[in-house]
Amino acid sequence: MKTRIFVTLKNGVLDPQGKAIHHAIEGLGFAGVHDVRAGRLIEIEHEPGVSKADLEVMCTKLLANMVIENFEIEQA
Amino acid sequence: MRAAVIQFPGSNCDRDMAVAIRDITGAETTLVWHRAGELPEGLDLIAIPGGFSYGDYLRSGAMAARSPVMQSVIKAAERGVPVLGVCNGFQILTEAGLLPGALMRNAGIRFVCRTVGLTVENNRSAFTRGYSAGEQVRIPVAHHDGNYFADSDTLDRLEGESRVAFRYTENVNGSARNIAGVLNAGGNVLGMMPHPERMTEAVHGGSDGRRVFEGLLRQIA
Repeated sequence: MKTRIFVTLKNGVLDPQGKAIHHAIEGLGFAGVHDVRAGRLIEIEHEPGVSKADLEVMCTKLLANMVIENFEIEQA
Repeated sequence: MRAAVIQFPGSNCDRDMAVAIRDITGAETTLVWHRAGELPEGLDLIAIPGGFSYGDYLRSGAMAARSPVMQSVIKAAERGVPVLGVCNGFQILTEAGLLPGALMRNAGIRFVCRTVGLTVENNRSAFTRGYSAGEQVRIPVAHHDGNYFADSDTLDRLEGESRVAFRYTENVNGSARNIAGVLNAGGNVLGMMPHPERMTEAVHGGSDGRRVFEGLLRQIA
């Protein structure tokens, strides 16, 4: 079983990497891009017995830093 | 005096830190591998050195903060043992929850490696008592993720409780309110991005970092 975890910066937290990517996109000549935020995708292969609650604990204890990040759990 | 310097895979300032502690305070200084469950008995100082623990994978300091030894470090900090985290050590202390906030990618994206000016904001902690309040000193930084972030309530609380130990005299990395180092509520845990151990003798180009260690010696004596 596969679960995808998306870790993103909270609103209001400045994202220097997203900003640099935005500049690079503009440098390629694309207009009309307002903002870029970079995050992280973590794919976890696991037994069905690993519960959503377990995955949430993994997120809050390690995969996301709750001071600056949010997470979303997407189960196939 | 007894001190321990914690080593993680990827630490690279561990020996410099041990030499600074040993030379300046005379402490019996032990390097402790991160898998150790227990710390040596009777420690007067625990130092978490700089480097790139676990290659900065996931987030700087994230993996190291979950190492077995950190449970013992957290317990020691709760008992009031002084804990000094420098650079990656500061990142590890925030990830471990011993200090508030987080260290994010430098605002300018670039790795910053140079000597910077700092203002000593709080000179009443064990680490900063050797300085005068408001004194300006010069200590090197070398980091990619030194951009201190905390929400504005937390920043107000840190300032209100005099827990900002050092501030940059210029915008080095985008840190909120130019914060370079913070203390925990008890004043016995200090995290700072600048490297005091790299500024302890004339050959380093200055010795402004020396008093961090001298202050700790006075605390014990």
